Amino acid sequence: MPKETAIIDIRHLSKSFGDKQVLKDINFYINRGEFITFLGPSGCGKTTLLRMIGGFLNPDEGEIVMDGKNMLDIPPYKRPFNTVFQRYALFPHLDVYDNIAFGLKLNKLPEDEIDAKVRKVLKMVSMSGYEDRDIDSLSGGQQQRVAIARALVNEPKVLLLDEPLSALDAKMRKDMQQELKEMHRKLGITFIFVTHDQEEALALSDTIVVFNDGVIQQIGTPTDIYNEPVNEFVADFIGESNILDGTMIEDRKVSFLGHEFECVDSGFAPNEPVDVVLRPEDLYVMSNLSKAQFTAKVLSCTFKGVFYDIMVSVDGGYELLIQDYSHFEPGSEVGVIIKPQDIQVMHKLCTTNETEAKVIDSNHLEIFGECFECLPLDAKYSTGDQVRVAIDFDKMELQDNQEDGTLCGEVYFIIYKGNHYHLTVRLDSMEHILVDTDDIWDKGDLVGISIKKENIRIIA
Amino acid sequence: MRTFKRSYWALPYLIFMLLFVALPLVMIAVYAFTDSSGAFTLANFTRFFTTAEDLHTFAYSIEISIITTLLCLLLGYPAAWILSNSSLNRSKVTVMLFILPMWINMLIRTLATVALFDFLRLPLGEGALIFGMVYNFLPFMIYPIYNTLNKMDKSLVEAAQDLGASPVKVFTKITLPLSKSGVMSGIMMVSMPTISTFAISELLTLNKVKLLGTTIQENINNGMWNYGAAIALIMLVIIGITTLFSEGERENESGGLL
Amino acid sequence: MKKFLAQSYIWLLLAMLYAPIIIIAIYSFTEAKVLGNWTGFSLELYKNVFGGGLNSSLMKAIQNTLSIGILAALLSTMLGTVSAIGIHNLYGRKRKVMTFLNDIPMLNPDIITGISLFILFIAVGVSQGYTTILIAHVSFCTPYVILSILPKLRQLPANTYEAALDLGATPAQAMRKIIIPQIKPGIISGFILAFTLSIDDFAVTLFTKGNGGIETLSTYIYADARKGGLTPEIRPIMTLIFITVLILLIIINIRSMKNTKK
Repeated sequence: MPKETAIIDIRHLSKSFGDKQVLKDINFYINRGEFITFLGPSGCGKTTLLRMIGGFLNPDEGEIVMDGKNMLDIPPYKRPFNTVFQRYALFPHLDVYDNIAFGLKLNKLPEDEIDAKVRKVLKMVSMSGYEDRDIDSLSGGQQQRVAIARALVNEPKVLLLDEPLSALDAKMRKDMQQELKEMHRKLGITFIFVTHDQEEALALSDTIVVFNDGVIQQIGTPTDIYNEPVNEFVADFIGESNILDGTMIEDRKVSFLGHEFECVDSGFAPNEPVDVVLRPEDLYVMSNLSKAQFTAKVLSCTFKGVFYDIMVSVDGGYELLIQDYSHFEPGSEVGVIIKPQDIQVMHKLCTTNETEAKVIDSNHLEIFGECFECLPLDAKYSTGDQVRVAIDFDKMELQDNQEDGTLCGEVYFIIYKGNHYHLTVRLDSMEHILVDTDDIWDKGDLVGISIKKENIRIIA
Repeated sequence: MRTFKRSYWALPYLIFMLLFVALPLVMIAVYAFTDSSGAFTLANFTRFFTTAEDLHTFAYSIEISIITTLLCLLLGYPAAWILSNSSLNRSKVTVMLFILPMWINMLIRTLATVALFDFLRLPLGEGALIFGMVYNFLPFMIYPIYNTLNKMDKSLVEAAQDLGASPVKVFTKITLPLSKSGVMSGIMMVSMPTISTFAISELLTLNKVKLLGTTIQENINNGMWNYGAAIALIMLVIIGITTLFSEGERENESGGLL
Repeated sequence: MKKFLAQSYIWLLLAMLYAPIIIIAIYSFTEAKVLGNWTGFSLELYKNVFGGGLNSSLMKAIQNTLSIGILAALLSTMLGTVSAIGIHNLYGRKRKVMTFLNDIPMLNPDIITGISLFILFIAVGVSQGYTTILIAHVSFCTPYVILSILPKLRQLPANTYEAALDLGATPAQAMRKIIIPQIKPGIISGFILAFTLSIDDFAVTLFTKGNGGIETLSTYIYADARKGGLTPEIRPIMTLIFITVLILLIIINIRSMKNTKK
């Protein structure tokens, strides 16, 4: 239930473009006056959601409620929101003044009032004196300021910002972040900010909503999300991290990298397979081997300005990234210590690919719409029966050439698990299949997937 | 937001086009397969393929069309290549001079050719016809080829030279294959009007030589609508087949006409 | 040397392309009945064209050409503007269908466009004349208007329309105050283009004018030429048309060059 403090309540929102579902049953609320950020990779649905709040898109299902009123019947020009668009969408045939005054003039405010408001807001974005300038004659940063001024002059209750800083260079982006934060503090209105830049999100937000694939992964403060990511996606997307397969032996005891570690997590089933997240700055590295929990060999040591990025290899073929202020000679043996509170243990989203299959004949199954040879089926199954099958992550072969595999797809997401890669492959049917592999693939690679008959397990 | 979608603005035009572009084409087919009383018949087609004169006109039109297209290609490709080559031609004005005649009334251009032949005291006839056709349609060959060559990444040529290709090799292995889409477009843009034109042959040969377009026009003028429609349909089919063949090779040229 | 050869080739081709028109232009300054006879410089033919020395049917044909040109350009510009905005907001298969339909009149040979409309009009039993010519002209001019406006719509900054709504403009206000002013150059180019195409047309007009005696300049010239021997006044008229079209096209090209530079 939304609290008293909620200004916008989003309920069961879903949206598809053609076959592609971009938002799947989204539910959350936005607090009055907060700086909230929708964060996720491109195509995760964050901009779609912002456009729905702005009124430029209709959801297929669900509602957006503001102060108890359903917003969906209200056209965008009547909503008390204003938007700073990606690439600004300034009107090139109007000068700075007329761009900013556009909304006020439509509301038929008296000349002098418009004038006063425009000048005030220009001062706020440090653009006084630019009234008569052509939009085309402004730099990216100046256009950015005009876009913000144009939105703020209408005194919206909520300011929507769609990746507003993405077109600026790194230095200017940092400065604008500071200014945005300052503006938010002064104005006290709600800011909804969309970005794919996790650093930006961490620096600016009161609350971050992490999206992937049309689903909210996690909602929380920047520190929550950084320190306690709920799954491997969030851990990988926010900051740098080592993500490893592990097993929860019992409460407060987890095993990974071939060792047992004390941790602070509990509430897992005994021997449950888990994902373990270790932030590189939380790993302590030292030359003294005797006090270490385990030893490692330094592979490389790269100076990054303040600290060093140290790649080490651990027995069992694992590689870890460690950040430390001291230099370690590549090839040398080092000791590593991990404190219990620095180990973040997460439930695995799934441990195997489970899916429906259809019996074609006694040794063929239709899985993901393709025909697979399987071990001879039990006599109780007949053609057309539905069964559930499981295919383990590491029991598939990826092929360079799509034609060589039974299934075709595109590498959609990659997580390095220390000694192997964990790939999410989006099949042509838009379903996802998870594959473990030792080979290096890139996001967007087209792959074929083949599965040996003995690796298709029938589970029901 | 329950607002009127902007995409609906295309609706009136859709209706207009269905009525005045698509329906008329369907009507050609309908008339081609019916007789004057409106009953279904194939007689129009059998008549065409058994009338020696019309068949001869048909073959002759295709022959003239092929000759014109080849001549335009032979004259036009070097011109397009020179125009697109920055070391040989820097002026955009010459390019524009080649494109401009595309927009001048074909009839006026044809009558101007007649005037030229009169002026030079040359006889009208087949020679004048082919000259007139080439004169009329050469810009349609040059323009698409120039466009493709001009858009071609110039660093490809440099890359080929860097890898040791001689100028001749650069042309045959890089430039020519990459301009194929422009050549196909040019062939389409020239061969289609040459097959369908009617006034040109009339005026340039003093009505001695008949082309398919003239046959269609005469039949329509004489009230033989069904037969005229049948020949028009045959022409459409030929054009359709040529378009399909070149479809894969063609880029969208129409957008950059201006 | 290579450059000299190349340039010579180019100018030789251009000479071939322009020779006939230049000869007509030269002979528009002499009075001789038959082209090719030079009977001394004279502005008599031009005087006839502008001084009412033309026969009334030629006069009427010129008027028809101009009025059809202007009306067809107006109508197709209005239809084209609205449709371009519609098409710009279509996606996927619907857009493909519309672009395909829009391409047909441009790809169709004139004679097919003319005959197909002719057959439609007789099938429906419409008597052909001024209106049918006008409809025909709108049908082949509109695609070009759309093609000159669509790039302008694509050049609009992303979210322009949304930004207008966001700032409180109703859809109608957003169109009037934001979208239309920004695509105006495309609309004007489209209008000029449509006018040029319309006054230039011959084949389509020939088939859709019916036999009520209405002529445009090009059908008049055609009939005149078939009778053998052009009326001498046609020479200055053709010269003038050529120059008008030339100027209009140069304007369009300069406009589009300016825009691409921006």
